[in-house]
Amino acid sequence: MESQPVFRTRGLTKSYDQGEVTVRALRGVDLELYTGELVVLLGASGSGKSTLLNILGGLDLPTSGEVSYGDLDLSVANDRLLTRYRREHVGFVFQFYNLIPSLTALENVAVVTEIAANPMTPEEALRLVGLQDRGLHFPAQLSGGEQQRVAIARAIAKRPAVLLCDEPTGALDSTTGILVLEALESANRETGTTTVIITHNAAIAGMADRVITMSDGSISGERRNTKRQPPTELSW
Amino acid sequence: MFLARSVLGTKLRRELWRMRGQVLAIALVIAGGVAVCVMSLVAYSSLNATRELYYQQNQFAEVFAPLKRAPMQSLHRVSEIPGVVRLSARVEAAAKLELPGFTEPVSARVLSVPPSGQPEVNRLFVRQGRLPAPGRNAEAAIVGAFAESHGLLPGDRFSVIINGRKQTLVVTGIVESPEFIYVLPPGGMLPDFKRFGVLWLSQDSLSAAMDMRGAFNSVVVRVQPGYPLASVIHDLDRVLDRYGATGAFSRRDQFSHRFLSDDLDQLKIMATVFPLIFMGVAMFLLHVVISRLVNTQRDIIAVLKAFGYSNRQIAWHYSQLVLAIAAIGLVLGLLAGVWLGGGLGELYMEFYRLPGLLFRLNPAWLALLILITGFVAWLGGWRAIRQAAALPPAEAMRPEGPARFRMAGAERWFSGIRLSQPSRMIIRQMARRPLRALLSMVGIAMATAIVMVGNFQFDSVSLMVQTEFARVQQQDLTATLVEPVNAAALFGLQRQPGIRYAEGRRSVAVRLVNGHRDRRSVLHGMPAGARLQFVVDKDLQAVDLPAEGLLLTDFLASELGVGPGEYLRVEMLEGDRRTLSVPVAGVTSEFLGVGAYMRLPALNRALGEGPVINQILLSVDPARKDEVYQSLREAPGVLGIGIRQAMLDSFYDTLARTFLTFTFFNSLLGAIIAFGVIYNTIRIALAEKGRELASLRVMGYTHNEIAHILFGDMAVLLVFGIVSGWLFGQGLAWMIITAMQTELYRVPLTITAHTLGISATVVFVSATVSGGVAWWRLRHLDLVAVLKTRE
Repeated sequence: MESQPVFRTRGLTKSYDQGEVTVRALRGVDLELYTGELVVLLGASGSGKSTLLNILGGLDLPTSGEVSYGDLDLSVANDRLLTRYRREHVGFVFQFYNLIPSLTALENVAVVTEIAANPMTPEEALRLVGLQDRGLHFPAQLSGGEQQRVAIARAIAKRPAVLLCDEPTGALDSTTGILVLEALESANRETGTTTVIITHNAAIAGMADRVITMSDGSISGERRNTKRQPPTELSW
Repeated sequence: MFLARSVLGTKLRRELWRMRGQVLAIALVIAGGVAVCVMSLVAYSSLNATRELYYQQNQFAEVFAPLKRAPMQSLHRVSEIPGVVRLSARVEAAAKLELPGFTEPVSARVLSVPPSGQPEVNRLFVRQGRLPAPGRNAEAAIVGAFAESHGLLPGDRFSVIINGRKQTLVVTGIVESPEFIYVLPPGGMLPDFKRFGVLWLSQDSLSAAMDMRGAFNSVVVRVQPGYPLASVIHDLDRVLDRYGATGAFSRRDQFSHRFLSDDLDQLKIMATVFPLIFMGVAMFLLHVVISRLVNTQRDIIAVLKAFGYSNRQIAWHYSQLVLAIAAIGLVLGLLAGVWLGGGLGELYMEFYRLPGLLFRLNPAWLALLILITGFVAWLGGWRAIRQAAALPPAEAMRPEGPARFRMAGAERWFSGIRLSQPSRMIIRQMARRPLRALLSMVGIAMATAIVMVGNFQFDSVSLMVQTEFARVQQQDLTATLVEPVNAAALFGLQRQPGIRYAEGRRSVAVRLVNGHRDRRSVLHGMPAGARLQFVVDKDLQAVDLPAEGLLLTDFLASELGVGPGEYLRVEMLEGDRRTLSVPVAGVTSEFLGVGAYMRLPALNRALGEGPVINQILLSVDPARKDEVYQSLREAPGVLGIGIRQAMLDSFYDTLARTFLTFTFFNSLLGAIIAFGVIYNTIRIALAEKGRELASLRVMGYTHNEIAHILFGDMAVLLVFGIVSGWLFGQGLAWMIITAMQTELYRVPLTITAHTLGISATVVFVSATVSGGVAWWRLRHLDLVAVLKTRE
């Protein structure tokens, strides 16, 4: 499975000035992510995992260190370049779904397919997450789990190089959460998209190829699962 | 204030500060309404109070009675008329003036002052110098407007021709009179301070010039308060009838009084119509902003309630927010209004010769305005405030449910068109909150309409004046004669050098009576096939005069309650003062003044006279105009001369400047409303859609693409708002014109492309400015923060 790294970071740090104190969210992170792998980034709240994800996703710039996506140096890119990078290569799944309430499920997916270079059809994306019958429903007519699956369909519809998921089950109960994880797992398997799930829920780690643990702004551990556990077998 | 120091008071202050942009935008709209209201009230009250005091102090007459000639001995019979408390008999005359270095004809009205100095009625306000002394032949006091426009000072000299005799007068003083607050040439509609003046000569000196020794030709009286004027007028006519009275009239028919009253009425309209619009818009803005605030503070309200705050306290807290915004608007509006009101008063003072302007603002009105503003503002936030107070704590703890959307009906109409998702978002956003979209549109429409109203007046008045002085009047000069002369005089006149064409008319002062309704007016006898001046209708087409009977201005016909085919009693106020019954042959529309028209031969027949005329209209060779002026000035039969172009110039010199000031302020007010509405709408849209927009940015949408979503519906609202504003403005303009129709003038409704363009531009620029602010905020959208927190 291991081939060329998609992402590569070296000595990545990030500090925020919060009033009179400086918060050091990342303290030198070295990391590689490879094509097609499913990585769970595990850590307590405040461990720096979201900061790392934001930098990988082109939402934020590091204070120092290197981060590159293929040949693209993300640590020095400007807003225009980062926007293009997100538009072409990154799929995001958020904790609170962030669907657009005025658009139906299908249209929410189309928001991305309309601006992507080589997208799948919105219908196909919805089928991948098992929601082919809910395409004409508005977010207010869908359950939380369904909304999150629409968000996953939206994220994968552009065939991104990487899928970044920030606490995708954080707002869901465990039964619904597992449905969402199944959608992520099958999307990863069928499209071969590098997938990073960040969570504080250690139970999710079983479904990953690789589990990276973060604490206090740096990587404190890394392990490889010999076999990916199907999400249905997970519980919390 | 206790609450100001409480925690809720602190919360209130900080929230006001945090929302300062929106608070200011709403406060400005409120301030606009308050300012117009206060400005109009200040100007109205101040002018009204100044006029009242002036009238009182200077004993301004209630009734005016012109006549031919009466001996002084007959005066006791006038003073015995019940209701008359004071009177003043005087000599009035017309004069032609020659001023050094001014070639154009100048005419003047001359009045006598009694030997005792100040008259009993219509006393003069001496601005500078003194009144002419009795026995001093060559002295005159002159009216201020005329003195200023010619730079005349006490001690200066000029020549005057009274009753055909030329003499040199020395200026003794510069005075004002309650009779001439608005100095208008006879028959004119616009002031012309350079070419028309008023002079006061001592009684013996003017009597000598007019051959009126021991006699008078005008009496003015003060009437006991509450005594019916009609009865005094009736008695005056009866007593003075044998002395050639031409009919006594009240202040209502006195030009200066009439003009000022009409203007004061217009100020009252302005004090109500405009603030109504502003307050309506402010109510809507407050409602939207407070609703939004309550929605975002559901959890805070829940916590407060859980801690034991009562519904009343919560309601009061949000009411305070609304009232604080209203108070800011009120203070700004009051300050601006008082300042502008003073300015407007000063502007009026350029036309109205008052001795000085008193400042007045009725405290009761002010209190009422404050109450109304507070109430209206509170009403604007009422629904949201009630909603906040009524939220059960448990429900309020939960976030508001996701917004419900559905396919917009409109989408089905153009289902053939493939819409982009951002376009769908725009349409559905509007469809979900149709009322809000509608109100935003109405706000924009109102802003457009207000700018339009400010601009159309100038177009309309311009059209009115252009019509009168460029279309209706083709003559260069109008010469009014002392006595009617045979029309054959025209042939002689046309042979004079410099005169291209001459046309004669006969104008007779009349009283038109239909049952209990009556009006003083002028009946014009016009030649068939008139080339220089004819009657036109509202479409500016020449109207043929009927062979027999009268043609009436429609305004006059409706005032008198007569229509074509009916008979009207016409009392001639000249000659043998006969009374006739004349059929109304038709009505016509005119912009300026009211009149009755007949064919010249028919009028002369009705008067029992031969082919006579008393007005001559002249077309003059411009190269030789000074020659013509000179000969007319020296012609003893000519009473006065009016120059058409001069009237037009005088209009543009004076009135145009006033209108431009109004236009500027109306545009400013319109811009404030537009800014208030658009800025608030965009800010609220930004707050509501911030999360959506940030999500789209994260997914790779560019700044411009999300700006399209934010501004898209604003653009739609702007287009529809401006277009409906044009329609609304037209309606408003029509209302204003109808409300401001007077006997003196009826402004036509004309809305030019220029006016439409200006109103759209003002609103559009306002939109661009508020859009610019939002654009800047959009650039600084914190993508990470927006996504992390649940709304």
